[in-house]
Amino acid sequence: MATVAAVIASTHHPFYYRASTSTGAERPPFADEWVAKIETFRETLTRAEPDVLVMVGSDHFHQLWLDNMPQFLVGKAPYYDANWYNEEREFGLPRFRLEGDEQLSQHILRGGLDRDFDLAFSNELRIDHSITCPIITLRPDADLPIVPVYTNIFAPPLPQPTRFVQLGRAIREMVESWESDKRVAIIGTGHLSLELGGPRQFGEHGPDPEFDRRAVDWIANGDIEGCCADVTLDSLHLPGNATHGFMDFMLMMGVAGEGVKADHVDSLDLFHTMEAYFTWYPEGALS
Amino acid sequence: MSKYLLDKFLYTVDRDPDLVERYRDDPAGTVAWWEDEMANSLLGCHSGERSTWLGLTDEERDVLVRQDHVALFELGAHPFLTLTLFIAMFERDHEPLEYQIAYGARLEHFDLPYPDIAT
Repeated sequence: MATVAAVIASTHHPFYYRASTSTGAERPPFADEWVAKIETFRETLTRAEPDVLVMVGSDHFHQLWLDNMPQFLVGKAPYYDANWYNEEREFGLPRFRLEGDEQLSQHILRGGLDRDFDLAFSNELRIDHSITCPIITLRPDADLPIVPVYTNIFAPPLPQPTRFVQLGRAIREMVESWESDKRVAIIGTGHLSLELGGPRQFGEHGPDPEFDRRAVDWIANGDIEGCCADVTLDSLHLPGNATHGFMDFMLMMGVAGEGVKADHVDSLDLFHTMEAYFTWYPEGALS
Repeated sequence: MSKYLLDKFLYTVDRDPDLVERYRDDPAGTVAWWEDEMANSLLGCHSGERSTWLGLTDEERDVLVRQDHVALFELGAHPFLTLTLFIAMFERDHEPLEYQIAYGARLEHFDLPYPDIAT
């Protein structure tokens, strides 16, 4: 059976690529510290020696649109083109192409459907920065095949937060039951408190630093019970109008398991949002 | 009122570099053209098939022509779509982050709960 080599949860900040590659007067004052944290974070994946990556993210109204909106979608293509014109325009993100692992895609689709998740699928999916940001931060060579899993955290009505946790648990089970000798890293990105297009956007910190502190504690300690007791679809409006992206962190808590503490925890308080990085090693901490 | 159609306008314009420039330069002409040609276009379908019933209200049309992001927020247009398109059109006229901060400041009178964005 396949091995879950690492479980990784992260924010996806589209400005990282530009901040980390800029020089001279263009380089923001926080870039060096940010790059140092990302390089340490990257090492947590490298050390796990993965062969394939399951990548959980959410399309930002690129390919998935309101005329035909899936709640959860699994890519099953041999290749995935990456990034879109408006991400190139606003964030300077590069375009690239990733290989897919069709066999694992099929396994997750079959296994998900048989576990009562009515997963949508796509044979031709262009992925966006929710998946390419962690490629840029964690695997910049983009040399491993992926299975993208998209969630709807963006276009209400949304699934309940507990459904994200349940899907995370199911993805863990499915990867562990895959008849393969490959080492799989399961990587997902979301947000802590975030405001986009509202009055609290682009502040000195994220819109709700207190929510961010509690969220980091929940994730770092695998406190699914405490998190689910506090977080509802309604409550997620309070920390910031784009905070439903936190549900992808909840999905990753489901992957990591109840009460399982993360082996690597880091965060960085930036203007507009707090960055946060978590890695678990299901096989035991790797030195 | 059709939040869906407002969102469809923002979505289709933002994702087309020519349309971004056209809307910046000629809002009234672009909105009129878009409503005639694009409002009923089935985006996830092969070309040639159209819906028959979608149209903007007078208020929605006026808000799009005035490029009023505060009114779009009030109407429940998806804030991510509005922000992305407006940054594309207007950030270039400002210092870094100046436009984004002013954009938020113009919305300061909104308290929670914000206008519902469900379509």
